[in-house]
Amino acid sequence: MAKERPISPHLQVYKPQITSVLSIFHRITGVAMTFGLILLVVWIFTLSLGKEYFEYFSMFIKSWFGLLTLFGFTFALNYHFCNGIRHLFWDAGYGYEIETVQKSGLAVVVVSCSLTILIWYLAL
Amino acid sequence: MAEFSLPKNSKVQQGNDFPYKGKSENKKTFNIYRWSPDDDDNPRIDTYTIDMDDCGPMVLDALIKIKDEIDSSLTFRRSCREGICGSCSMNVDGTNTLACLKSIEDVKGSVNIYPLPHMPVIKDLVPDLTNAYKQLTSIKPWLQTENNPEEGNERHQTPKEREKLDGLWECVLCFSCSTSCPSYWWNGDKYLGPAALLQAYRWIADSRDEAKEERLKDLQDSFKLYRCHTIMNCTKTCPKGLNPAKAIGEIKKLQLET
Repeated sequence: MAKERPISPHLQVYKPQITSVLSIFHRITGVAMTFGLILLVVWIFTLSLGKEYFEYFSMFIKSWFGLLTLFGFTFALNYHFCNGIRHLFWDAGYGYEIETVQKSGLAVVVVSCSLTILIWYLAL
Repeated sequence: MAEFSLPKNSKVQQGNDFPYKGKSENKKTFNIYRWSPDDDDNPRIDTYTIDMDDCGPMVLDALIKIKDEIDSSLTFRRSCREGICGSCSMNVDGTNTLACLKSIEDVKGSVNIYPLPHMPVIKDLVPDLTNAYKQLTSIKPWLQTENNPEEGNERHQTPKEREKLDGLWECVLCFSCSTSCPSYWWNGDKYLGPAALLQAYRWIADSRDEAKEERLKDLQDSFKLYRCHTIMNCTKTCPKGLNPAKAIGEIKKLQLET
């Protein structure tokens, strides 16, 4: 029996590509959104529990940590939404040229950041 | 479950240094992954510095020079030295490519060379491609027909039909794309990977082939085809400038139509 072969390095040596970085962000924001939605459900749930509970929750959400969480949630939502549109184009067979991929990727980053800032500008 | 770190026997260590002893204004350093089945050591990085005034322009030229002049034990695959055989695919400067098509000048600083990522290593820069070839065989990369062409005729194809194969037939099966794909890293046993799927589409798109439906049915599988999440590292890295991601997208589209 031959000796067990080593596995060649992968994540450790592969340079981050705009393609894979934006892709992993799509997944991370997807997971983050799930937690954001749980937060939303908790918020609605406290409404049904009564005034004190709701105010207690509001206190948390208005703290710097709560606001930061909400900010992250908004960004996750915007990024996942914009990149989702990009995925729909791919599913329809468009936008596979690497130059287009780079441009659409950049657009997703710029638009999702701008949308997040705009939402918070309007909200605060 | 995907394993993001390397197993114990695969962790890379610092190896030997072979500095350039002569005088040269034009030196270049190469950090090269080494592993030999003949001892019990872990993989290591050996460092070779060579005089670029006495070396060809491509990464493969440097590898051959190192093997010839410094360390004859350095092992790698190569044959045509012009990007047509697909033998010398490896990870150079962080992305997969053919060493013979990669210009040394394009790499700033020292040149890091590893085997194709996330593959079992046979020796040094030679990965074990058994699984990749098995997957290629599984998509039946040959013309399948039921009917014979007219007596004395070949199977005809209009120029337009032939055009559909452009960007597909040029693949040299170097597996740079498959081994650049994180999805293939984590699920390479069940996901066919961009190289095999591009070949699958090459036959699906061939007007002469009469097994299109079976081919599509064979690929109708949550792992074989649908582990592709359109990450696009494959297209980004293809040394022949082909677009495996688009080919996979076309297969997915056809799956909806049939």
